[in-house]
Amino acid sequence: MTPTAVIFGYLAVVLCIGIFARRTSMSGQNAEDYFLARRSLGQMVFLLSLFTTNMTAFSILGASGHAFANGIVTYGLMASSSALVIPVGIFVIGTRLWALGKRHGFMTPVQMFRDRWECGHIGTVIFAVQAVLLVPYIVIAVMGGGTTFAAVSGGMVPFWLGGAIVSLVVMGYVLFGGMRGTAWVNTFQAILFLLFGAIAVTVIGHGMGGFRPAIEGMLASPATAPLLTRERISPLYFLSYTFIPLSSLAFPHICIFCLTARRLEHFRKTIVLYPICMLFIWLPSVFLGVVANTATDVPAIRAKIEARATLASSGSTLSPGDRDRLRATASGDDVILRLIEAYAPVWLASLLGAAVMAAVMASDSQILALSTMFTEDIFAFYEGTARFGEAVQVLTGRVFVIVLTLTAYAIALVAPQSIFDLATQYAFAGYAALSPLLVAALFWKGSTKWGALACALWTAAAVLGVAVLQSVVPVPPGGGVVPVLSTGGIDVITRGAAGTMVLGLLPVVPMTIVSALLMVIVSRLTKAARPSRATLAKYFPGGAMIDAAVAKPR
Amino acid sequence: MINHGIMPAAFVLAALYAAHQDFWFWRDAQPIVFGVLPVGLFYHAAYTVLCAAVLWVAVRRFWPAHLEHLADRSGAPDE
Repeated sequence: MTPTAVIFGYLAVVLCIGIFARRTSMSGQNAEDYFLARRSLGQMVFLLSLFTTNMTAFSILGASGHAFANGIVTYGLMASSSALVIPVGIFVIGTRLWALGKRHGFMTPVQMFRDRWECGHIGTVIFAVQAVLLVPYIVIAVMGGGTTFAAVSGGMVPFWLGGAIVSLVVMGYVLFGGMRGTAWVNTFQAILFLLFGAIAVTVIGHGMGGFRPAIEGMLASPATAPLLTRERISPLYFLSYTFIPLSSLAFPHICIFCLTARRLEHFRKTIVLYPICMLFIWLPSVFLGVVANTATDVPAIRAKIEARATLASSGSTLSPGDRDRLRATASGDDVILRLIEAYAPVWLASLLGAAVMAAVMASDSQILALSTMFTEDIFAFYEGTARFGEAVQVLTGRVFVIVLTLTAYAIALVAPQSIFDLATQYAFAGYAALSPLLVAALFWKGSTKWGALACALWTAAAVLGVAVLQSVVPVPPGGGVVPVLSTGGIDVITRGAAGTMVLGLLPVVPMTIVSALLMVIVSRLTKAARPSRATLAKYFPGGAMIDAAVAKPR
Repeated sequence: MINHGIMPAAFVLAALYAAHQDFWFWRDAQPIVFGVLPVGLFYHAAYTVLCAAVLWVAVRRFWPAHLEHLADRSGAPDE
């Protein structure tokens, strides 16, 4: 009862923050105010909300679940690579995006692409690709909300009701508060995340009788010792993962957040402190996921370990149905919740449950970003604002938030989660493959709209191709690897439990490299489509960036 | 505007990226740092702190202050 009450209290607080943000808004009818908080976010709100925007349910639940199964490698795969790539991207790309956005009034990346490459419908294609890749995140967040509510309330709040409550609350504060409300809620959530790690480690460590015996026990057992190393992962696979954080630079909600800072100076602390925030969230999540392997006194965790052992020893002899059931039991996504449930007092478990809820509710920025993109890139671009006025544009954005949230909720009720896990997995690769668009627009004078179109179409085709391959070629029963395409004795494409691999690399690597090559080659082949000198002068006022010599005389 | 210090900065970034691929601790759990952190995990935690330190130097040394000037020409309103 107590955990459920605390979570309801938490949801009431975030809803109130959204409503309060609306009351402090200068004008509810102004698009820049609603969608970008009038480009006025202060330093700490900018840092914490940008950080939280990048954190999803995966940061706490998924990271510990991945570490439970794969060990300490999870931190290097997902946290330390992001700690380098994301802040460097914010430094190099985010600051320039902010300046151009403020100067020319851009509210979405597609607005900038259209202006930069003097194109219209190609921008619509880029919008469509970005939107399709973003929707699965919103569905996953609804599912995460429902699952967490059901787990924390001990089943008192069923999945459908939990998902509905979370959807209504997120919709409420995005609807009322717009960007300002979303940023304030994100800041509140970031504080909860950051407190969560330290408290969870202290309480669970105390409950387990200290971590030292747990680690010594893992070292002594041949079954768990490999989890303290990275021997189960190939270096090529590890290297591939460093391409994934490139996606963060291309996510529309991150680009849009970069436009909300009041001053350029506000980026400084964000860039420097971003890795430290990553450390505070990911290290406890990964560490607790690893040591959960020793918590065999917790029945739910013991069942997971036993299911995993059965899969390893006799997985190939089981029926597909039994294998799927064992995989579901062995899944570690709820190990943090189980550890908290077992070792924290009820009142603290309730607060920690609220922090976990904060993590799974991170879909607000995506919903707002899609709403901003729809109203600016479609409604306004196709003369909606000119015909009906700015007030109707903001109203359209709000209606879009409602329709999008209700649609995501309806899909979450009927679709199996595995589909969306897959979709989000490859959406990261898709956005990484879109990152050359942003780099070319900001730093390469010679890029053209046809290069941008090639990049967007390639991304869509590659994501679709990998998704189809994953669904057509099942995971080999014994957990091995099957070749899908071989030539000259070399396995070019393989399928295994870790997904599809291309020459031992994750698909994100060839997808991003080909995307960048297409941008270069197609732009070179379509020099006649280069923008006018006036347009180039807007983006490169100081002269040369890259390829200065190729500016076409007009 | 191309800063003449950009090449050393690019080199430092490349070195930092290479340092992420720490094959030298690949199969080792020990030493267990502070009695609880396997060396591979400790290395990457320390690497994260190193990233913050390098970025701190980078924003002091290579801050693109000219972008503030570029943005201000719009006369966009501040709250």
